[in-house]
Amino acid sequence: MSAMHTANRGTGRGAGSRRSQAAKRANRTGWAFMAPFGLLFALVFILPILWAVYSSFFRQVTVGGGAYGGGELVDKFVGLQNFRYVVTSQAFWAGTGRVLLYTLIQVPVMIVAALVLAMLLDSFIVKRVTGFRLGYFLPYAIPGVVASIIWVFLYNGQISPIVKGLSALGVNVDFFADNIVIASMANITTWTFTGYNMLIFLAALQAIPHDLYEAARIDGASGLQIAWHIKLPNVRAAALLAMLLSIVGTIQLFNEPQVMAISDPSISKSYTPMMMALNTSQGTLTPGGDGPASAIAIVMALIAGVLAAVYALVERKVNDR
Amino acid sequence: MSRTDESRAAARARRKADRIRESHADDLPRSLQPSMAVRVVTVAALTIVLIYFLFPIYWAIIASTKTPSQMTSGNGMWFSVGLADLPGAVAANYAKLLGWTRGQFWRWVLNSLLYSGISALIGTLVAVMAGYATAKFDFRGRNAAIAVIMGCMLMPAALLTIPQYSIFHAMHLTNTMLSIIIPCCVSPFGFFLGRVYAQTSVPDELIEAAHIDGAGEARIFFTIVLRILAPAMVTIFLFLFVATWNNFLLPLMMISSDSLKPVTLGLYGMVSLATFTDRGALMMGALLGVLPVIILFLGLQRYWQAGLAAGAVKG
Repeated sequence: MSAMHTANRGTGRGAGSRRSQAAKRANRTGWAFMAPFGLLFALVFILPILWAVYSSFFRQVTVGGGAYGGGELVDKFVGLQNFRYVVTSQAFWAGTGRVLLYTLIQVPVMIVAALVLAMLLDSFIVKRVTGFRLGYFLPYAIPGVVASIIWVFLYNGQISPIVKGLSALGVNVDFFADNIVIASMANITTWTFTGYNMLIFLAALQAIPHDLYEAARIDGASGLQIAWHIKLPNVRAAALLAMLLSIVGTIQLFNEPQVMAISDPSISKSYTPMMMALNTSQGTLTPGGDGPASAIAIVMALIAGVLAAVYALVERKVNDR
Repeated sequence: MSRTDESRAAARARRKADRIRESHADDLPRSLQPSMAVRVVTVAALTIVLIYFLFPIYWAIIASTKTPSQMTSGNGMWFSVGLADLPGAVAANYAKLLGWTRGQFWRWVLNSLLYSGISALIGTLVAVMAGYATAKFDFRGRNAAIAVIMGCMLMPAALLTIPQYSIFHAMHLTNTMLSIIIPCCVSPFGFFLGRVYAQTSVPDELIEAAHIDGAGEARIFFTIVLRILAPAMVTIFLFLFVATWNNFLLPLMMISSDSLKPVTLGLYGMVSLATFTDRGALMMGALLGVLPVIILFLGLQRYWQAGLAAGAVKG
């Protein structure tokens, strides 16, 4: 691209050196444009990752001082002790189990719902779709914390028209009951993100060339057949990405349980691994401090990575059959 | 065809598809026309789903006019006072909201706007620059940089907040505006979008021509490339803006001063007060607090879909 440009300047030089000058120029310019993002990226991503790995080998201990405290806190190298604590911690695996269960139920429900809604809005069955599209997408504009606060009130038996209405019909639900509370949380996430995912699918559906439909119609395909054989395969890439991002998103579940914990004391400080990591780093759980918190974060990141990779592999296997 | 033309064309195609759907659905061959029953059932189902998505917002609006006692007694689906008394009820809850938030409410909204606006602005510019660099220049380490950044796209980002806190603490940056703005202006997803757009919509010939005319790289980028990428930048800006606005964990860790809180953290603080009783005033705050994002959403709706389309197709 810049070969022509370099030729203007580098008169009287050999072709080889001209090329290397062009390469040098591209190198310099490329890095110059890359630098601002690169520096910020290093500060926000690379450095914290390195710091997390480093600090996970240390633990804060008190040195000096007597039986009544005193002394000062110093970082002590503890080898793999923090990791041993995490992988043998019952609280950690209970939290991970909850999050995995949550992911297993919430993500497929949300993605399938989003896909069905997108297909229906993209079909010829409904004439006016703008209102539906906007209405479904609107909850995405509500921050997770605010959405959680609203839903917690809607789960509250004293004020919620939903709970009152159901009990008037003879159905008494306690949205905070032990085995229901996780579904209550999943509902908040689903409410917030379904419309967003629907919009992704809708965009992918509208990118399908219309000739394909014409051809299918001429061949006598029904609406359902078109949906199954043309639309579905064409949103696969979008579905894969949405699924992966949703899995990674739910692994770090935090906002919903953190807000629900205000009115439900049975939600502990280690209810999800993310809450456990936060409370560990702030010292409200023992062992506390950066070391154990980093170890939790690293183990979680590994689990998320494995999960995402497994999903991507299985998806490919199933679809390549 | 360039990306901008493409997204404009996509928007046109969508409008056209909507029009066709609205006006010509009846012209379809009879064999393809959905039966009346199918149509009624589908619209009914879509409407029920719409109620599910809108009901909590409707309820929040109703609840924002109520006193604590009206909240527990009376009809949860409708205002507790007559329509004539409604402005008074709203004013009363608004006053209580300002009281509960110690007069900081609008300060929090302003903080949220500043955090989201500034980090989205910086974030968009650096993401587009980096995307352009990796799309158009073959510099040393380019592929490694792309691989690392894309790898971080699937990284559970919340996990980084804890080590970020340690590092910012060491730099004496915690509890400052920068502790929110700096982490929020780096988005691997923004980089990914910037790269896709630069690849597809900035023609090499155009840059070459500018070179021949003697324009420097900086001038080419700021006067030509940015103009071509403008619609794409709106998409990235929106993504970053909403991501920052919705972020809760980061300010929860970084911010301790009342006057630096974003509105999400402020409202969370209000609801978690042990003495908190006034849910109506809180709902008022929730609604006023999300208003800026909703306005942004409705105003710039078409850019969302254009951006999502690029992400979906390339992803």
